[in-house]
Amino acid sequence: MSSQTISAISSSTVMPRESEASRTQPALLKRVTAWPGVTTAIALIGTVLLWEAAARLLSIPTYLLPPPSAILGSFSSIGFERWAGHIGATLRVALFGYALSIVIAIPLAVVMMRSPLLSRTLYPLLVVVQSTPVVAIAPIIIVVLGAGDAPRVVITCLITFFPLVVSTATGLAATPPELIELSRSLRASGLREITQIRLPFAVPYIFSALKISITLAVIGAVVAEFCASEAGVGYFIQLSTSLFKLPQAWAGLFVLAAMSLLLFQIVVWAQKLLFPWSLPKNH
Amino acid sequence: MAMPALRFDRLGQVFETRSGRTEALRDVSFDVARHEFVSILGPSGCGKSTLLRMIAGLLTPTSGSVEVFGLPVTAPRDDIGIVFQKPTLLPWATVEDNVVFPARHKTGRVTAEERQRAGELLDMVGLSGFEKRLPDELSGGMQQRVGIARALLMDPDILLMDEPFSALDALTREVMGFDLLRIFSERPKTVVFITHSVSEAALLSDRVLVMTGRPGSILTEVNVPVTRPRGPETAKDKAIHELSDHLRDLLLNRHAA
Repeated sequence: MSSQTISAISSSTVMPRESEASRTQPALLKRVTAWPGVTTAIALIGTVLLWEAAARLLSIPTYLLPPPSAILGSFSSIGFERWAGHIGATLRVALFGYALSIVIAIPLAVVMMRSPLLSRTLYPLLVVVQSTPVVAIAPIIIVVLGAGDAPRVVITCLITFFPLVVSTATGLAATPPELIELSRSLRASGLREITQIRLPFAVPYIFSALKISITLAVIGAVVAEFCASEAGVGYFIQLSTSLFKLPQAWAGLFVLAAMSLLLFQIVVWAQKLLFPWSLPKNH
Repeated sequence: MAMPALRFDRLGQVFETRSGRTEALRDVSFDVARHEFVSILGPSGCGKSTLLRMIAGLLTPTSGSVEVFGLPVTAPRDDIGIVFQKPTLLPWATVEDNVVFPARHKTGRVTAEERQRAGELLDMVGLSGFEKRLPDELSGGMQQRVGIARALLMDPDILLMDEPFSALDALTREVMGFDLLRIFSERPKTVVFITHSVSEAALLSDRVLVMTGRPGSILTEVNVPVTRPRGPETAKDKAIHELSDHLRDLLLNRHAA
């Protein structure tokens, strides 16, 4: 679904040729609309055209709703190098925070699965951390950890952490009990039970959390950039709005959305490539 | 008289749970000779699976004892294989890797000899050519064959089978029964076979133990008066049908009471 949206976004940036649609015959129309993503793309292109028309005909002020053409224009006026710098900064924070989150969450889930006591102790604390709005803690973390990427990575880690721990723990516990009995009947070590049975069985659970967390990671990075930073797409959006350069802010927003979708898609691809068996059947 | 492969001596199991105390088994005593095929037949929840878990050393009896070749069971043993109700294969591993899994899981490595054994076992259960397939490319019956091959990898003397065919359709189930007869005539094993099916019990077993409902105990035991080797023809044998009827009566009367 997300790949369709990506293609829709990229195709919407190219000016559509609408004259072809009128010449299509019903059978062909049926065939074309059966292609994945075609209807979504048409809807998106239609929205963009309507938007452009409304902005021009009703002469809506640019700072309220810039026309798509103005947003497109600001893409090129910013220039590749500045975009690359901002995207790179956001990507770096999002990915480092995401990686840190994975590195902590999965072993923690394993430990919690092995020790009911630790699980009982830590789980409420995790819920407390999760229930605290990250946006509210972000400024505090920045004050405590100072300038640099460290506080931003921590904020990203905080926001992505919970789904990963909970999903992994659920997956580890969802192993068929017969296989655990088989493991015990072979007197295998607990480590092998984890690595050869429980963790692989948790892979579908881990990946569903990885998909949620990667989009959260972008949110985390942007939240951190809103609080304090001098680079990044989030920072760029904030700067642009404060200067009333709304087309630029919108362009930043589209970049963020595209980034999120692309990262999400990479996780989907990774699962398909590395663990094809973990995908639902009839795929 | 030779030492029995399995000896149950006034075996009892009581589960203490938060909702109270459940007596699963009471005073179960019987012997199983080496290379004997014994079926345990009984209503749901009569503690059949509990019995199996105690033989496997996965559960400690609360009273009485289980002995395997004269030694009380205190921990899982190497000479016991288990076939579960569901095949429970590893979905990411090929059929061959699933069969050698016990070796990999126990020792961390798989020897060439074990790979070769796996091939032979797959051949025996009728799955040669499927070595590199993944479990979900196989039918339920084929998956359970992999489960049987996996249980036989370490060449256990005793095989515990916990309603292994109950998830299969009637026809597949019958075919699997005949295959089991063939497999055990090629490689004799001491088998404890748990089932709900009276005809399956009659066809496969040397002896059938009928259990009562909770707390489970042995109601009676019935010898199967049919010689081996057995095969599809045996299923039509009058003695098998009479025995099935007799077993069914025992179970039903018990239920009505």
